[in-house]
Amino acid sequence: MSDKAKGKDRRTRRGKLPSRPAAPPPRLQLRYLAHARSGDKGDTANIGLIALEPEYYPVLKREVTVARVVRHFKGMVSGVERSELPNLNALNFLLHGALGGGGTISLKTDAQGKVYSTALLRMEIPVPAPLARQAKAR
Amino acid sequence: MTARVVRVAAGQGFWGDWLEAPVRQVAGGPIDYLMMDYLAEVTMSIMQKQRSRDARAGYARDFVPLMERILPEIVRKRIKVTSNAGGVNPRGCAEAVIEVARRIGLNNKVGIGLVSGDDILGRLDELIAAGHPLANMETGQPLADIRDKVLSANAYLGMAPVVEALGKGADVVITGRVTDTGLTLAPLVHEFGWPADDWDKLAAGTVAGHIIECGAQCSGGNLLKNWRTVKGLENPGFPIVEASSDGSFVVTKHAGTGGVVSVASVTEQLVYEMGDPHSYITPDCIADFTSIQLQQAGRNRVRVNGIRGGPRTPMLKVSIAYFYGYKAVGTLVYAWPEAYDKARAADRILRQRLEDLGLEYEQILTEFVGANATHGHLSGKPDPEGPEVQLRIGVRSRERASVERFTREIAPLVLTGPPSVTGFAGGRPAVEEIVAYWPALIDRRQIEPHVRVEILRA
Repeated sequence: MSDKAKGKDRRTRRGKLPSRPAAPPPRLQLRYLAHARSGDKGDTANIGLIALEPEYYPVLKREVTVARVVRHFKGMVSGVERSELPNLNALNFLLHGALGGGGTISLKTDAQGKVYSTALLRMEIPVPAPLARQAKAR
Repeated sequence: MTARVVRVAAGQGFWGDWLEAPVRQVAGGPIDYLMMDYLAEVTMSIMQKQRSRDARAGYARDFVPLMERILPEIVRKRIKVTSNAGGVNPRGCAEAVIEVARRIGLNNKVGIGLVSGDDILGRLDELIAAGHPLANMETGQPLADIRDKVLSANAYLGMAPVVEALGKGADVVITGRVTDTGLTLAPLVHEFGWPADDWDKLAAGTVAGHIIECGAQCSGGNLLKNWRTVKGLENPGFPIVEASSDGSFVVTKHAGTGGVVSVASVTEQLVYEMGDPHSYITPDCIADFTSIQLQQAGRNRVRVNGIRGGPRTPMLKVSIAYFYGYKAVGTLVYAWPEAYDKARAADRILRQRLEDLGLEYEQILTEFVGANATHGHLSGKPDPEGPEVQLRIGVRSRERASVERFTREIAPLVLTGPPSVTGFAGGRPAVEEIVAYWPALIDRRQIEPHVRVEILRA
């Protein structure tokens, strides 16, 4: 599911609907657009999401919304906050209730949220076709 | 006017970090200060436990043999050290270092700055009675509810006492719970004479501290962007801040070391556990991370400037550790074919046995390592052809007995559960005591008059 080949999807869609005027923009996994690091503060996971190229930042800012992150982590977190750091081409997310109590109380393998960052990179967002091509070729 | 640069090198990112790092920082090129951060949220309680068994313990013990290795060179090169290795017994730590200095013939050559007064364990009842509830910052619950379970309580001190110690001529400053960032900021304030209300400069020094406080995590370690291209981590270059009096600085590392200092490596560290980027609160100031400007200024050199800050708050954070209960984690490995399904079946059987025994837990958590332990449902459907899955079951309880019994229910699954199981050679899992973290705030006026700075001579 997560490894859906974006390029293939696009071609299939175009092949089936050649006359459709505006094909929906391709969807791309965040791993092709951003890098990330995460850690903990109590039961909250802190994920910094950083654009791989400065020109990807506006897309991240527009598409990696609180609502989309809440949906992505459904059942795993109790609340999400987002901050913008345009100076670093980065977004910062606080994922509350993400760590099974956090610290030493948590029974989770990832009690300190160290790899929550990569779980966010699984998210797919719509991106303009040229940017999708560039990011995949990077 | 010559642009004077002060070099602060990070030697340890946590208690247990690479032992060679501080040695190579001292030997590998010019530095003025060696900064070593040893304390994480629950470290103080571990040290408190050690001190309750041995009055001379309660600090980062490996700091002493480390100082034995590097003291001669530090004295020769006039490098100064700032470290919170003192834990809950900074005096014990300082005395141990003095003993070492004398033994290796450095009598009268080393001044130890001893910072104390962060430890408020003995003052808790007095403080609560005086109307300081020390409520949990996350839950709002007053400390009185768990007062009898408290194991350690320390206020986070900022740079001020470290600056004072350096001003009094300390070569090695040993503290208890001084913030990680304060250990880097203090040398800069001492050297440049920044006023205590020059918030932009204090914020700049604080950001410098944040960047290097986790050691090599800003210089190529744990770097995700283009991770395959990061070379030489057999000999990771720990970070060095080259600071100027205007608050700008360059992050770099010694020549000939591995890893990388890039805008990407520094950015990943900046966002690490950052919280609210507009207000990164420390005892010394509030730093605005949205003002930070980064620029690659050469190979393994990142220039940082533009940092703005705001006034410090009237409160200090307090780190309290308390006894919570017990936990244990047991694991077994199931092999192809249908490894995941076998592990799931074993989990169902184990849970039913625990229930039939009438055992109760605050939580039973099952994870399938190799299938979905870290990413949950985002991992997708487990591959039935996967080579193996580790079943990992954890339980937590306020009572020891139920956790103890759980640890005896893992191994029997080998002969009484699903097939193709291995990986139990480690034997019965251990019952662990849970020491939990209780963050609180207190009026800084309750703490600061009690802070003491002494200079001890070897």
